[in-house]
Amino acid sequence: MGRSAERSGGYLPYLVPGVLLFIAVIAVPVVMNVGISFTKWQGVGDPEWTGVDQYQKLLTDETFWLSFRNNLALILAMAVVPTFLGLLLATALFDVVSKKHPRTTTALRAAFYLPQVLPAAVAGIVWTWILHPEFGGMNAFLRLVGLDSWAQNWLGDENTALLSVMGVLVWIQIGYPLVIFMAGLQRVDPQLYEAAALDGASWWRRMWSITVPQIRQEIFVVLLTCTIAALKSFDKIFVLTRGGPGGSTLTPAYFSFQNFFEKANVGYGAAIATVLAAIIVVLSFLFLRAQNREER
Amino acid sequence: MRKNLVTGLLVVLAVVTLLPFVLIVLNAIKSPDDYTTRGPLGLPSQVYLRGIVDFWERVDFGEKLFNSTVIAGAVAVLAVVVSILMAYALGIGRIKGRMWIVAVFLLANLMPQEALVYPLYFLAKEVDLYDTKLAVIIIFTAIQSAFGVYLLSSVLSTFPREIIEAARIDGANRWQVLWRVVVPLSWPTLSVLLVFFFIWTWNEFFIPMIMLISNDNQTVPVALGVLQGQRLMDITSQSASALLGIVPAVVFFLIFQRTLTRGIAVGAVK
Repeated sequence: MGRSAERSGGYLPYLVPGVLLFIAVIAVPVVMNVGISFTKWQGVGDPEWTGVDQYQKLLTDETFWLSFRNNLALILAMAVVPTFLGLLLATALFDVVSKKHPRTTTALRAAFYLPQVLPAAVAGIVWTWILHPEFGGMNAFLRLVGLDSWAQNWLGDENTALLSVMGVLVWIQIGYPLVIFMAGLQRVDPQLYEAAALDGASWWRRMWSITVPQIRQEIFVVLLTCTIAALKSFDKIFVLTRGGPGGSTLTPAYFSFQNFFEKANVGYGAAIATVLAAIIVVLSFLFLRAQNREER
Repeated sequence: MRKNLVTGLLVVLAVVTLLPFVLIVLNAIKSPDDYTTRGPLGLPSQVYLRGIVDFWERVDFGEKLFNSTVIAGAVAVLAVVVSILMAYALGIGRIKGRMWIVAVFLLANLMPQEALVYPLYFLAKEVDLYDTKLAVIIIFTAIQSAFGVYLLSSVLSTFPREIIEAARIDGANRWQVLWRVVVPLSWPTLSVLLVFFFIWTWNEFFIPMIMLISNDNQTVPVALGVLQGQRLMDITSQSASALLGIVPAVVFFLIFQRTLTRGIAVGAVK
């Protein structure tokens, strides 16, 4: 059997199940979704071709823009803040605790990571309970320590709902960068820190000049995956606030769901979802290119 | 001294992180009377399990656990099989254009489910798979294996070729090489993928919620999340429901802790 013949033909059958699944579950639906976005359709009957009307409507729809502004807040809460805090916690755990007390380190890391393994819907239930205005733990605690006036209807008030959701997201997310950064720190040559310490570099300085550049790759990955996850925020919003009150926690993902399944505005929902998909694709592409350039 | 301070601070933060779990457990075993008199922060005067039992029966939680296990288990196994087959052709068979295939699959995995959900809902109705576990199994096998193909083909591209050639010389055909050589030697990575696919699928909410409308088919997160989303639960059944949602996740976490942390690191650096 010739080597080249063996290479080209023989392995193709192994691709069949994966490619079929990809076509049926991802390629065809994505194309259909883009197609639907050029129509007006209620989900029953025939869709009516409207060209780019839905996209024009998007541009002037304040609710749509509001949902994107909210999404920026969620990116802050799911990607930026956890990366920053994760870096602090990971270096602190790694520098201070891990050498002397490996068991304490494992236990602490597990504690911070635990919220990550919960289904987001369940994490949402936990926090709606805690943030319940009358019977929840948060307000009970504030009253206990004499801060009665701080007690709020956390998720039910337009002024606090988005901030409360952001707080919950930080709690959910923090373990992920922590674990990745701690794994990355093991790669860093300890001699770099020793040399810096001899030069009298401050802790802050060592963080910026050694740690961050050395685990750049991990930071990239965390920022990318968390930003994409934030753009897909649906389940937490569904359970915590359903986008309310008054749209103050609405995300594009939730807004498209509302149009698909609650308002029977399928064409418009498809347009929102298409924009969301395009943003994610562009973002991943830019991140990956930046990362490749870094590696060279 | 300063080190002790930092350690102390970390311990306090970890306790704060765990506090919601403690509060949920505390209140799930608290009687409504205790709740009224002692509030959400007070210790229960006795262990009261009626709330949990009532909630369990109300949502038929055993059935939800069964559904979640069937769906997540089937997806984990099928997605690993599909991934290894493709990755074998891409990473070891070095099929032409493999870079493109891997890139397309990575992109597929990143697609927001919002951009798939309506056509999937529509198509599932067309082929009579709407509101069946099978529909959800097929969908997530595709989504998870898209990631698996991406990860495994880069792992397998560094697979030692001498081993494969030695097996070929011994007369093993391609199929035998895959199952007797490649799969056993890649088992550490495959087991990580199995665990991740299982947990990811277990935690899924959006597509399962759309696809599984009848109670008999719903998974744990869908059943609990939909009840919560409808705002139909009183405060004591909320903590019971949260506890029932937490327990399986914590059990998986304790069983798979090592695999999980190892896997996260592998996924990040690849």
